[in-house]
Amino acid sequence: MRELFIKQLVKEAEKNKKIILIVGDLGYGIVEPFKIKFPDRFYNAGVAEQSMAGLASGLALKGYHVFIYSIANFSTFRCAEQIRNDIDYHNLSVTIVSVGSGVGYGNLGYSHHCLQDYALLRSLPNTVIAAPSNNQELIESLKYLFNNPQSSYLRLDKSLNINSIKKVPLIKPGKWIFYKNKKSKNIIISTGTVAANCESILKSKSSYNWATIPMWSMQSKRLQFKKIKKYRNIITIENHLQDGGFGSWLNESLAQEENDYSKTNIISKFLSSKIVGKVGNEEYLNKKYGIK
Amino acid sequence: MSKYKKLSFKIRRSILKTAFSSQANHIGSSLSIVDILSVLYGRFLKSTKNLFILSKGHGCLAQYCVLKEMGLISDKTLKTFGKNNSILMSHSSHKVPGVHFSTGSLGHGLPVSAGIALGNKIEKSKSRVFVLLSDGELNEGSNWESLLFCSHHNLNNLTIIIDYNKIQSIDFVKNTLAIEPIEKKFESFGCKVLSIDGHNHKQLLKSLSYKSSKVLVIIANTIKGKGVKFMENTILWHYKPLSITHFERAIKELKQ
Repeated sequence: MRELFIKQLVKEAEKNKKIILIVGDLGYGIVEPFKIKFPDRFYNAGVAEQSMAGLASGLALKGYHVFIYSIANFSTFRCAEQIRNDIDYHNLSVTIVSVGSGVGYGNLGYSHHCLQDYALLRSLPNTVIAAPSNNQELIESLKYLFNNPQSSYLRLDKSLNINSIKKVPLIKPGKWIFYKNKKSKNIIISTGTVAANCESILKSKSSYNWATIPMWSMQSKRLQFKKIKKYRNIITIENHLQDGGFGSWLNESLAQEENDYSKTNIISKFLSSKIVGKVGNEEYLNKKYGIK
Repeated sequence: MSKYKKLSFKIRRSILKTAFSSQANHIGSSLSIVDILSVLYGRFLKSTKNLFILSKGHGCLAQYCVLKEMGLISDKTLKTFGKNNSILMSHSSHKVPGVHFSTGSLGHGLPVSAGIALGNKIEKSKSRVFVLLSDGELNEGSNWESLLFCSHHNLNNLTIIIDYNKIQSIDFVKNTLAIEPIEKKFESFGCKVLSIDGHNHKQLLKSLSYKSSKVLVIIANTIKGKGVKFMENTILWHYKPLSITHFERAIKELKQ
């Protein structure tokens, strides 16, 4: 996904001179195609994420669409207030890119595990989250962001490189992308790189449909109720802790006073908080503490 | 009386009146930067291409009062300062005409200004960026992160002004986290440093006009609460709102 992201960014930067990439001293072996092609639009902010987010805001004020790139929590939690006050509050055209969703950096430990990022980013009113589940969703999410530069967060898997099982249509915040859409009142709704988990559940629950929401935000939450009410049993899946995550977001869309959601049953599947502090490679951690 | 002296007097009077009407605090912090803002807005921000960020957002009352003098906000709007549903929140807000960036939490203004200055460099524009920081604000690590970047990329189109009134929130700077030797600190980060009297308009004009080949840092030695004797150099007037007695006394002292 990292390589594909850079490839798409290079493609866009060829025609859009307002694209700038800033890295937080990370991305070795990944970001070079952009750096070589656009040396005057590539900056290494150093190991200084607050400075990086501020720089991006200043450049965005000048009309640039700035991508800031780092691993897991460094481009988010480390500079959370800069994202809140500078980027989101001013609704600036900055896309925060974080690599290593879930426990992608398994052996590197808790500091590098990306488990609570949705909780932070979805609490910001102007920010849209893009958590593509496959390569095609990534391409379409980027298309949306290039055409609609705004405060945004792009969550990338470290090593996943899977293609969609079908053609992905245009993506916009809150839109459902169906991968299985039969006549049924049951559905799996996922976000992020959990396609394998969804497919595994589908094997035992053949009556279930499957849709992803690759882009979502506070503003698109309210609209979800209309779609959800068509279903009776919903399973949400995410590689994030439960608190403040995607399942919570979908539940909140139901918890609006005027809605009768007594007939809708939502079960959330997520990473167990027992994963916190555990050491192991991604496969081991996911098997032991992952989405069940 | 020079135009800057006249402007500074008007702003100080306006600060006291507005602060009294709104029962606002941060009066000392606002009075401290009046002369800096008078010269900045009166001379260097007349070009719309130049840009200013008040990183010490709690001094916004001084900024709003300047903007009123510049005709960017009305007296009617200024009177709403800090009141319910006003656009004039008690920290610098980009929703106010003439304010480019909202601040309030310290340590944000410099990295953002660096980004604007970098953008100007990319575009080969001659526009300048000015950012005003408080001395207590220098406790924030983000400033020092940003300075590394500014010097590395030689952002000499950026001017950093430090309102060095030697008092931070609840104590003197020297009792909190001593910053001296302040000039040497900035010099060691690769900046050109000018140390001036931050209430002297001639020195402000000269230093702000200085053509630097490096990132320019102006240490403006100021007095917190400047212009009102009983407020000067005190911690109390960072917080205390004006009573009627204090207000009348302050206006009287200002005229003297």
